[in-house]
Amino acid sequence: MTILTKEEAKKIIDKVLAFSKADEMSVTLAGGRTGNIRYARNTVTTAGESYDLSLAVTSVYGKRSGTSTINEFDDASLEKTVRRAEEIAQLAPENPEYVPMLGPQNYVDTNTFSESTAKIDPDYRAKVAFDSIDPCKKKNLTAAGYLEDSTEFYAMGNSKGLFGYNKSTAIDFSVTVRSADGTGSGYVARDYNDVAKFNANTATEIAMQKAMASVNAKALEPGKYTVILEPTAALDLIQNMMRSIDSRSADEGRSFLSKKGGGTRLGEKLFDERVTIYSDPSHPEIPSAGFAIPGGRNGGASDGRTQEKVMWVEKGVVKNMAHSRYWAEKQGVKAVPPPSGFIMQGGTQSLAELIKGTEKGILVTRLWYIRAVDPQTLLYTGLTRDGTFYIEKGQIKFPVKNFRFNESPVIMLNNVEAMGIPSRVNGNMIPPLKIRDFTFTSLSDAV
Amino acid sequence: MKRRDFIQLSGMGLGAVAGASIPILGHTTPIEQMLEPKADAAMKKKLADIALNAAQAKGATYTDVRIGRYLQQYLFTRETRVQNIVNAESYGVGIRVIANGTWGFAATSDVSNEGIAKCAETAVAIAKANAKIQTEPVILAPQKGVGEVAWKTPIQKNAFQIPIQDKIDLLMKVNSEAMKNGAGFVTSNLFFVNEQKYFASSDGSYIDQDIHRIWPNFNVTAVDRQAGKFKTRDGLGSPMGMGYEYLDGLASEKIAGPNGLVGYRNSYDMVEDVIAAAKQAKSKMTAKSVTPGKYDLVLDPNHLGLTIHESVGHPTELDRVLGYEANYAGTSFATLDKWKTKSFNYGSKEVNIIADKTQPHTLGTVGYDDEGVPCKEWDLIKDGILVNYQATRDQVNILGENASHGCCYADNWNSVQFQRMPNVSLRPGKEKLDVMEMIKGVEKGIYIIGRGSYSIDQQRYNFQFGGQLFYEIKNGEIVGMLDDIAYQSNTQEFWNSCVQICDKDDYRTFGSFFDGKGQPAQVSAVSHGSSSTRFNGVNIINTGRKIG
Repeated sequence: MTILTKEEAKKIIDKVLAFSKADEMSVTLAGGRTGNIRYARNTVTTAGESYDLSLAVTSVYGKRSGTSTINEFDDASLEKTVRRAEEIAQLAPENPEYVPMLGPQNYVDTNTFSESTAKIDPDYRAKVAFDSIDPCKKKNLTAAGYLEDSTEFYAMGNSKGLFGYNKSTAIDFSVTVRSADGTGSGYVARDYNDVAKFNANTATEIAMQKAMASVNAKALEPGKYTVILEPTAALDLIQNMMRSIDSRSADEGRSFLSKKGGGTRLGEKLFDERVTIYSDPSHPEIPSAGFAIPGGRNGGASDGRTQEKVMWVEKGVVKNMAHSRYWAEKQGVKAVPPPSGFIMQGGTQSLAELIKGTEKGILVTRLWYIRAVDPQTLLYTGLTRDGTFYIEKGQIKFPVKNFRFNESPVIMLNNVEAMGIPSRVNGNMIPPLKIRDFTFTSLSDAV
Repeated sequence: MKRRDFIQLSGMGLGAVAGASIPILGHTTPIEQMLEPKADAAMKKKLADIALNAAQAKGATYTDVRIGRYLQQYLFTRETRVQNIVNAESYGVGIRVIANGTWGFAATSDVSNEGIAKCAETAVAIAKANAKIQTEPVILAPQKGVGEVAWKTPIQKNAFQIPIQDKIDLLMKVNSEAMKNGAGFVTSNLFFVNEQKYFASSDGSYIDQDIHRIWPNFNVTAVDRQAGKFKTRDGLGSPMGMGYEYLDGLASEKIAGPNGLVGYRNSYDMVEDVIAAAKQAKSKMTAKSVTPGKYDLVLDPNHLGLTIHESVGHPTELDRVLGYEANYAGTSFATLDKWKTKSFNYGSKEVNIIADKTQPHTLGTVGYDDEGVPCKEWDLIKDGILVNYQATRDQVNILGENASHGCCYADNWNSVQFQRMPNVSLRPGKEKLDVMEMIKGVEKGIYIIGRGSYSIDQQRYNFQFGGQLFYEIKNGEIVGMLDDIAYQSNTQEFWNSCVQICDKDDYRTFGSFFDGKGQPAQVSAVSHGSSSTRFNGVNIINTGRKIG
């Protein structure tokens, strides 16, 4: 089994640290199992499982650092890895932006692990595929989907006494259901730490309904429309914006948060006053580790900084930006790491109630192929996909052809009409958003 | 952590893949160790035979084995410092079998006799388990065994053997020239990949291949703090299937364009390009914002390659056409019924698009694909008509063919091979024509260079592309720079508006180094050749906005 306990991990890390001759050394030890099943055309196409356990040593001399990795754990191999990291460090160029390692930290314990997810086996994955394919077959629909589960641990320690350990589980599921004639398509995605919250049949049902309801879409003229973005669609744009909340690029004058004449827009009201976005590793719906884990869902710093509750945007005002430790030190501010997931506050209405309260608008299930057009204004382009519908007088009237949009989340979050109850999307909490004047620039024939 | 480690690129200014992340296969390894050879071909043959025999004993009717060593060296710098150097190695074996008419795949990093035998047995067990819910038994096109053969990318300088200091010196020179010439910021990167792949199959093939790829790239940013504006320009070099010699900057491989612009064929002068880039990023600050409307476009090969990739490369992937990618990348408008008519006008008569894995110096070129099929060239679009797709051994029967196109690829030993794009290229025009002459014929147009923002729908109808440099053409002459430009079109409409293609002397390849596809996602590298090409009456939108 490649999931080490906190004690087992600490024992190995301490042993490795004892070999160090460098000025500073950090060790990360990570491992786990990932499994997946993929299906298309109502049949399973691939399935697999893989295990990994590896240890990485970073040794530092002054401002030079070197990293070496190994997946053998006998004393001789561990020591060899340490020596190798030290050799690499001594040959490495100096990093003028090197910041000495952190000492011991207090990490909040979060509930990221679930036994039921850890127990997933090939039979369970095959059942998910069957539960998703079978109802589609019965209604003459075609399913293509993917389930991936992971059970992992991550431990880090350094020569200054820092130690952190987290074990976590996750599942990611998505399915696209298409009508037999290819004129209708629906999609659903679900992600959880605890697979007990997941039901493949119920999730697939949503994609099936959208596939059937989106058949024979009508073309509407492109232009500015009131839209209701379902959380899956809203996330894509807001996540892109959140990834750009970086202090250094703002200070350097090359960010949407840079101010004309110099400086940044920290403390300025940039969005509608109902917009509040924060992160919190202890959030019960999207728990994440109490410290940043590199290469995670949103990519994190690997320096062991504490993840705590951080307000990024409060009542429309930019409250915080993410910093590297170097840049924070240079600016004399707290080195807030980028969040591992974020929570956008919403309202109390359900999606159905948002639709009911809409005189004229477009319901958007999902956005696709989103690319930055202008980093200055965070203008993005992309398309709607897998179920786009026209709303009139509080009711869905008919499916519409997909649109290409060109829109900035900054502009969009100034045009908020209403927000619904947030739900989990890809490790974040996002409400459905009703936005006025959302810019569609052309039509697409794609289904 | 998931299945792979990634280098997050947000904030690293790697324009071409901004916001994305670069996958790292395997574990960081000292370069000295990467240069030491692993098992030789004779040893690999022995190991492969263990897998072939073990799988057959368990009931496999077909088996292929890939013993792969994947080396990567990536350098990241900004201004005066090295941000990161990644040396990584991944070594292991992937075994794919057919049992009970169904594919099974397993992989292991335990490259011992026992490890391999066990892995082969697992692959057969997975195939048999999946066979129970399989409704489409595999039909494999025949492939005669090729015996014991070897193939190498014909490189002159192995990038992995070049001292790291030489590479740092080059990037520091690039960065300092950028700053000297007006850039506010600069990032520069080098990517090197070496795949040492040994393939064996129950057809009787034992194929040893050594494949090299290189990608130099930079991004310069000019900033006007008073105006609160910034503009960027990415490098115009291309990823190539070459060694370090690509960075020699040979004068003979430069193609002169209008206004002192330079195109790079099979040799790249990174320093020359960054000097131009720094000046051009500054000029973009004061470039005129475009008036939206219809324009004739003259597209440079370094730009057009991405449009070819997205609007021809992806829609002609047979697995997309059939629905295997429906939940991720999407399907395709280029359906089998359109192809069967033999008269589907993908483009104008000028448009001849080929697929190949044989063009020298390109990313797609290898001797054999990852299911042991010798590489070749074939037509996708002939005189504007859709005539074929990209297919693998288990797909060509759908096209009524009995030999694979050789489009199978896996990005690592532990990834299962599947259909990936070969090089897809636009044939040059037959008449003598350079880009200066082409521009002379344009009354109201825009000349676009370099890879910019790109987006296309999941069936590849509607697309929007930006670029790095935009020049306004009025009455046959370039009159100045433009900004805030993207063109929006429909694939079929766009390719039917193609009216003129420069000749073979203008031909160059563009490349995509980290093209993503599949679940779990795999990357691949692919080139797209073309000469400068003219498209008439394309819709241009203005992308300028104001916030706050």
